[in-house]
This record gives sequence, C-alpha cells and structure tokens, in this order.
Amino acid sequence: MLVRKDRQAGEGYQVPIGQAAYPAPFKGRLEFNPPVHENWNIVHIGMRMPESRQIYVCADNCMRGVVLTAAEMNASDRFSYVVLEEKDLYEGNLEDVTIEGVSSCIEKLEERPPVVMVFLVCLHHFIGTDTGRVYRELEKRFPDICFLRCWMDPIMQKLGLTPDQKLRKAMLDPLEEPQVRDQRAVSFLLDNFPLEEESGLYRHLTERGIKVRQITDCQTFEEFKGLASSGLYVTRSAPGLYGLEKMARRTGGDYLYLPCAVSYEEIRQETEDLCGRLGIPVMDFEEREKECDRALERALALIGDTPVAIDYLGVPRPLGLAGLLLDKGFNVTRVYLDAVSPEEEQAFLDLQERYPDLLLCSTIHVSLRLDHGDAPETLAIGPKAAWLTGTDHFVNLVEMNGMWGYDALIRLSSMMEEAFLHAGDPRDVLPRKGFGCESCI
Amino acid sequence: MRQAYRIISVYTGDLSGACSALYELGGMTVMHDPSGCNSTYNTHDEIRWYDQDSLIYISGLNDLDAVMGNDDKLIEDITVAAEQTNPRFIALANSPIPYLNGTDFEGIARVLEADTGLPVFYIPTNGMHDYVRGGGLALERLAEKLLKRNQKNREERKGTEEENEGGKIRVNVLGMTPLDFAATSSVSSIRRILSEAGMEVTSCWAMGDGLDDLLKAPEADVNLVVSSLGMRAAVYLKKTFGIPSVFGLPAEGIRQEVLCDLKRAAEDKKDRFPCRDLRGKQQEGEKVLLIGEPVTMGSLAAVLEKKRGCCVRLVCPTEDCEAFMAEGDMLTRGEEEVEKAFRAGEYVIADPLYQPIVPASCPFVPLPHLAFSGRIFLKDMPDLFGDLPASCL
Repeated sequence: MLVRKDRQAGEGYQVPIGQAAYPAPFKGRLEFNPPVHENWNIVHIGMRMPESRQIYVCADNCMRGVVLTAAEMNASDRFSYVVLEEKDLYEGNLEDVTIEGVSSCIEKLEERPPVVMVFLVCLHHFIGTDTGRVYRELEKRFPDICFLRCWMDPIMQKLGLTPDQKLRKAMLDPLEEPQVRDQRAVSFLLDNFPLEEESGLYRHLTERGIKVRQITDCQTFEEFKGLASSGLYVTRSAPGLYGLEKMARRTGGDYLYLPCAVSYEEIRQETEDLCGRLGIPVMDFEEREKECDRALERALALIGDTPVAIDYLGVPRPLGLAGLLLDKGFNVTRVYLDAVSPEEEQAFLDLQERYPDLLLCSTIHVSLRLDHGDAPETLAIGPKAAWLTGTDHFVNLVEMNGMWGYDALIRLSSMMEEAFLHAGDPRDVLPRKGFGCESCI
Repeated sequence: MRQAYRIISVYTGDLSGACSALYELGGMTVMHDPSGCNSTYNTHDEIRWYDQDSLIYISGLNDLDAVMGNDDKLIEDITVAAEQTNPRFIALANSPIPYLNGTDFEGIARVLEADTGLPVFYIPTNGMHDYVRGGGLALERLAEKLLKRNQKNREERKGTEEENEGGKIRVNVLGMTPLDFAATSSVSSIRRILSEAGMEVTSCWAMGDGLDDLLKAPEADVNLVVSSLGMRAAVYLKKTFGIPSVFGLPAEGIRQEVLCDLKRAAEDKKDRFPCRDLRGKQQEGEKVLLIGEPVTMGSLAAVLEKKRGCCVRLVCPTEDCEAFMAEGDMLTRGEEEVEKAFRAGEYVIADPLYQPIVPASCPFVPLPHLAFSGRIFLKDMPDLFGDLPASCL
C-alpha cells in the first residue's frame, strides 16, 4: 500500500510561472515515466528513410525497447541487432564485435539494403571505441552500402546532443552537393510529420510554381538523395536544425528553420522569410488571421471557462500557445513541461508578467506516480496532459501533427471543440507508440 | 555470429525482471541508468503500469556524473524521493554504465539506509542478462534483506498457538510475475487450485500479495516454484528456513502429480522437479518443440506428452535453467542456435515472434509470452494453470 507524504518546499511537481526559474523550473531528480508513449523514438524516425535497415549494437535490456518498437510498427523485417555481453567490455575488442556483428546481420539478409543505420550506444563511448575503424572496415566489406553513423546514447543527451538530433543529422549525411540546383523547389526535411498537401502553406507554394519535396514522397534511397537538389531546405523541427545546418553548409545550399509558431506576428515573419527566399509573394495575412480569430471564438463559445492544460509533446511551443489562448479568453490553467525551450524564453517572460498564476507542471516528477489524475474536468491538449490530469477529453496530437501556421491554429480550434464534446479512450490510445505510425497493438 | 540477430525479438532484460518482481510490494526500485531501461520496462514489460501505481524510477544518469563518480547526486535524489513517496524499502538496480564504472552500490545502499532509516538493498543487474536472472536476484535479495527479521520457522512454531490449526499445508508460490503469467486470471487460478487441494497460500512472490504477506513466507511448509525466476528465493528459503521446493505448474493434465509432490515435499523436506521429471515418458512419435522458460514450458511439455502422446523437447533460451532441463532438451544462446534447434522439430509451439525463423514446412502454433513479444499479443496470453490452448493439443 503506497501512502502519499507531504512534499518538501521547492521539490514540488508544479509551480506558478510567476515564481518559476528559467529554463529549469524543476530540480533534476529521479524520473518517473508516465504511461504515455505516443512520442516518436529513434526507431520511428529512422524508419522514414526509404529502403533502410537499422542495426543496433547494445546490451539486452536497452535492446528490447527498440526491437519491440520495430515489431509493434510491423517493421521487424527492417531491423537487426547485435547483443553485447560482459566479455565484450573486458576483452578490448568491442570494435571487432561490432564489425563482425553488423557484418553477420547483413550477410544473413536475402537482399542487400542500400543504406544501413548502425546505432552504437553509451558503452561504445565509455570504452573509447574506435568508431572510425568500425566504419572504415564496414565500408570496405560492403562498398555497395551507405552506412549511417547513428547513436543510441541517452547518457550524453543532458549535456550534449540527443540521439534524436544525431540521427537526424546522420540521415542527411548521404545528401551531396547537386550538380544542378532547382531554385523553384523546396525540400522539407527531418520532420516526422509531412506538411499536408491540403494545408494553406503547401497550396500557397505550389500555386506559385514552387515544387514541394518531402521524405514521405520518396520510395527509394536514390529519390531521397535527390532532395538535395532543391534551392531551399526547410525543417520545422527543432531537433532537425543541427543536421540541416551541417548538410546545408556541406552542399552549399540555403536553409531555413520554420518552427511551429503560434503567434500571428511570428507566423507572418516566418512566412515572409520563406516566401522571400523563394521569390514569391506572401499570402493575405489579414484574411487568414480573421479566419483564426473566428475559429478560436467559436471554440471559446463552446468550451467557455473549462480548464485547459497543454503539454510539450502535443505542442512544440506550449507556452506560446498558452499565451495565445489566454489572450483569446480561454481558461488555460496548466502547461506540462520539464524544461523551457530557449525558443520560448520570450513567451515565458511574457507569461510571467501577464499570467503569473499559470501553473507549470512537470511530467516526470516522482510524486506524479501517486498524484496524477487530479483534474479530470480539464480539456487537455496533448497526451501527457491527458494522462496527468486524468481527463477523458483530450486533443490527441504529437508535435502538432505536423500542422503549421494559421492552419494549425484553425485545425487545433476545431480539435478542441471535438475533444470538448466527445470523450476519448485514453487507456487505449495513450500507451501506443509513435503517434501516426502503424501499430499492431 | 551467435550475438547477431536478424529478425526475432529479445527476452525481457534483467532490470525489467527485477522491477517486475518487486512491483506490487510498496517499495521503491531505482534503476541507475540514463533513460532507456525505464521506458523499455514500462512500455513493453510492465502491463500494470497504466492501472496500478508503483514507485519505479530511473536516476537519469548523465555522462559527467558517470565519469566523475558523482554518487552523492544519486543518494540525495533517492533520499528526497523517499521523503516524498514513503516507500517500504528501497531497491537499487545496476545498468551497463555504472556496472562498467564499478559503482559501489553496496556502499550506496548502506549510506541510504542510514539516511532514510529504510531497508535498502542492491540488485546486481547490469542490463546484459535476462528477466529470469534479474527477477530472481530481486526476490532473493528481498528475502535476504527482509525475511531474516522474521525468523520464526516452521519447527519453532510446532506445538505453539501459531501452528496452523487446520493442519493445512502452507505454500509459498515463488516466481509469479506477469512476464510469465500475463493472463489476468493467473493469480486467482493458482490460489483456487491450491485451495481446492486443501492447501493454503502463505505468500505469492510476487503478484497479488503485498510485502506483509511475503514476510510470512518462513511460516510455510513448502514452496511451489512456478518459474525459474523464483529459484534463487527458493534456495534461500531452503537454506535459511528449511523450506523445500517443488518446481512446476499444477496445470490441467499434471495437476494431481504436482499437488502430490507438494504434499510429499512438505513431509520429507526434499525438493522435487515435476517440470522435468514428469517428462521423457514418450520417446517415440511426433517431435514437438516448445520454447521458453523451462519451469513453465517444461510443465506444459509434460501435459502435452501425456495428452497428445508426442515426444516434446524444450528449447531453453533463458538463463539459469540448466537444473530444469530433461534429456534431449536444448540450451540455446542466440538466434542462430534457436533456428538450428527448430530445424530438428516436426512441430513448433512458440511465441509468434519466433515464427520468421521456423522452417516453412514445419507447423507452427503460437503461444504468446509477454517476456518475449511484450504487449503485442496480450489479449491472447493463456492462463498457464488452466487447459492448454486447443491449438497446442
């Protein structure tokens, strides 16, 4: 029988934003992992690469998570692995074990993949593995295969790059400087969710003769490499920016980061920047902003003063969205996040000044194992907010589902209405991995 | 290469096994690891995570703290968490990097015990073994740490008012975790079977009972070990309290034999292995291969031999299982060896994620196992104490 105990001051799982520290409102302690698994992990992201195979080299316990991620998305046939054992740590031959293991996985395949993502792990760092030798040897043995240098090394992620950032960078490594660059084409790269063809931005670009290319359009590795020939590279994902910068510098291309802005002003700025780079006129901002206003007003009329909670997994700019909704009259009471993104520093400061009582809530604090589900009357935007508040009324989305700009706000308004009117099934939905990916559970 | 896997899954790891074994006991289990082990465990190995609260946490170790040996942070973080959540005990589980660094967990446990006043113990996992090893170590360490405080054993109770007045045989069920027993009816099934046989469950390690129930384990007459995950605790209970063990499932088909072994073991104090010794009666006939943890699968093999009249061989890919293997069984390590073993069968019963390496000509019957395929086939997990699925017979 578990019993709650009063918490020490300063160690709580929530804090009014007016009293919160930037960028870390909560102390880094032991971590709890809520039963919400809709985020994409490195397996999901890597599977976007056409014709690729992933090979992991790690210990049993770490391996199981990625093996079953692939199995649950019905992609076991694109996944292999090499299990490390204690002897591999002591005998000073981790390079050999890695080379022979990866080679063995490849040799067992009926068909040779054109691209293999090799994932090394924390142990390789700590033992000081000569990764240069590993890849030189693999490339010598399999000259027809493009090996991508990937990592599953979460021990490095708090002080350095995350495995996600490294993977996205590795995915762009095969792209080379094109012989001919198509200045009337733009490649959207490293986003988990594509920009939908029906979206306003997509239509605005294509109607003005701009060709839009995305990884989801590519059926083969060669087609994927062809994404390098666009005149402009764009990512809408913060973890993709590191890789995009590197690739653009290497290939001599122009690039743009188009984050999921939620304020009208920032959407205008970003759209102007994009259209300016492509040499096309911008859209009618005033008309689109009126559309957003009407959508939000309609949602507010229905939702009224129902408490609203937003999480960082559903919305990449949760504080920005909280500010927008509060300004429009919604009763936003909580924002779930564990750290404030540098992109949201200004939104954080604005909210501190104008809405100091807004609660920032952790998603990993130890007490949440016992203190979850305390606000079931809430309308949640995002899956973590849904589980942590205990509501059945939630907008189920991850990374804004790839929606962007005015479309994102209009569509989100309508999803909020839908969630307010109809209860979802969190028990069924939230534990599924990789929102939007195939799932066999 | 033995360590290379083309397509099949991997068994639940030792950290997950440890967490699963301690899940319902009101303690706090801390995995000293950066991240992945926690998410793997509660996504794929822990079907209670959504509905039942348990204090399983990860330390979130980073590279700097690992390199600098900053154990103080771990100690402080656990102490703060214990103050906030009030656990009955604290268990520390090791993972690859602290294992490589040689982190002194026994020392950390002593410091934590002094700081918190709680029982603290270390489970020597390292992320490189399977759930049988990890779960087994967790139950063994729990027994070592907590049972010695309650040492009044069966002999000492004789003639006192604490002695079981009804004369019922008292049984500890050892090795029960959802990793082997995922069907929701499993706990009630084993209790019903023992109750109908005139026996009493003293404690179930570790599903359906709390820590207080487990602390009564020294009062039992006999242990029923239903998975090799319970073997280490069984050895400890025998060594410390003289309680003998019977290794096997009282499954439909061999139930009377297993129950009879329990009664005899309670009398003569000798261990018995029906999961192994009830087998081998059939040397002729169709050659059926059954793969998995050997106490559960060995028991099912005995049922199959009896009911189907076939010759069943176990393929044992889990650790610490040699003692439960019968003649002709195969100990395997890695996908290549399992694939080779499958070629020797005429009929294979295994988790569905083994199917890609079963010869196309060989009939295949799926028997889902949480410790192999996770939650994917959860709805199809059979109650191993009941009738075998008709497809197997």
